[in-house]
Amino acid sequence: MTQGPGKSPAVTLLRIVRYLLWAAIVVLVLAVGAMSFSVWQAGKSMGLQASSMGGPFSVVDTKGERVTQADLEGHPSVLFFGFTFCPEVCPTTLYETTQWLKALGPDADRLKVYFVTVDPERDTQEQMAAYLSAFDPRIVGLTGSRPEIDGMLKAWRVYSRKVPLDDGDYTMDHTATVYLLDRDARLAGTIDYKEAEDTALAKLKRLIAG
Amino acid sequence: MNRRFSRLSGALFALFLAAAPAAAHEVKVGAIEITDLWARATPPAAPAAGGFLTITNHGSEPDRLISAASDAAEKVEIHEMKTENGTMIMRPVAGGVDIPAGGTVALAPGGYHIMFIRPKAPLVEGGKVAVTLTFEKAGAVDTFLHILPVGSPGPKPDADAGHAGGHDHQHMNMGQ
Repeated sequence: MTQGPGKSPAVTLLRIVRYLLWAAIVVLVLAVGAMSFSVWQAGKSMGLQASSMGGPFSVVDTKGERVTQADLEGHPSVLFFGFTFCPEVCPTTLYETTQWLKALGPDADRLKVYFVTVDPERDTQEQMAAYLSAFDPRIVGLTGSRPEIDGMLKAWRVYSRKVPLDDGDYTMDHTATVYLLDRDARLAGTIDYKEAEDTALAKLKRLIAG
Repeated sequence: MNRRFSRLSGALFALFLAAAPAAAHEVKVGAIEITDLWARATPPAAPAAGGFLTITNHGSEPDRLISAASDAAEKVEIHEMKTENGTMIMRPVAGGVDIPAGGTVALAPGGYHIMFIRPKAPLVEGGKVAVTLTFEKAGAVDTFLHILPVGSPGPKPDADAGHAGGHDHQHMNMGQ
């Protein structure tokens, strides 16, 4: 019934091949579409568009020296954000960074590492200096006035929010991702909280190699 | 000479503490058993410290950890932290932590912790922090947490954070 009297087996075969090719093209288009969509989604959900990150800021280190955008240029940098009233993520990241710097050996000196507080009201220069004394001395603590810190957080698209606790205390929700910046202070990659040490080290080595 | 000897033995003792596997103890109150009690040493001037432990309920009734208290800090709360889309979020736990009948709940990095707010003295590796845990049904128990290094993943580095299913094998035949 379906096969008319005028259709030879060769024509039928050609038609099947043609259908199969079309099907393959549809699958390919769908796959490429899905892939680009998920890549785009991943970029969007992280809020990390390298081109839109960075920009002028001015904060101070624990010795009171000004640190600006210019201090991120000419060498790769590691940039992360936190606060000292933090029992878990921040000390863990600082500890892991200390371990990474040790594992990198002399190459680590080609990096600059900055830990920026999202809570400058409590994290004064003295507080940051005391807290960071437990970690690698190459980790530079950055603080400043509230507007100064807000300017840096905005430039680097860092989310932070004050959340009240009882009796006037508060905690801070904040971005826990470690940013890797190239020598032009552009975002070159990230290390997620709790990323495996060997992946983190591979990323840092690649960053240093430029 | 004597002083040098005592300094040397002190150093050896410190080395022993550092090298020894995390000191462990267990605590029981009613149908509740508490294991893996530890806290992280704090950096200088740290205004907060985290304490961790694993709770198993051998009873047939659910229970709840309703509070933790300690003289070692100005305030003690039970908090839960998580990371969502790269953002760290920490909140006090309202109403306590449910411990289902026959279940095990871990207060572990990446999940629940006992939050010591403004410790009266830094938590020093090798030391202990006293803590009183109060359960809704089992009542209160005084115990302590072993202080492990700043970056310690805990006494069981391979244990999953949050749901310590791996602990079950220890308790499978107990209370039955």
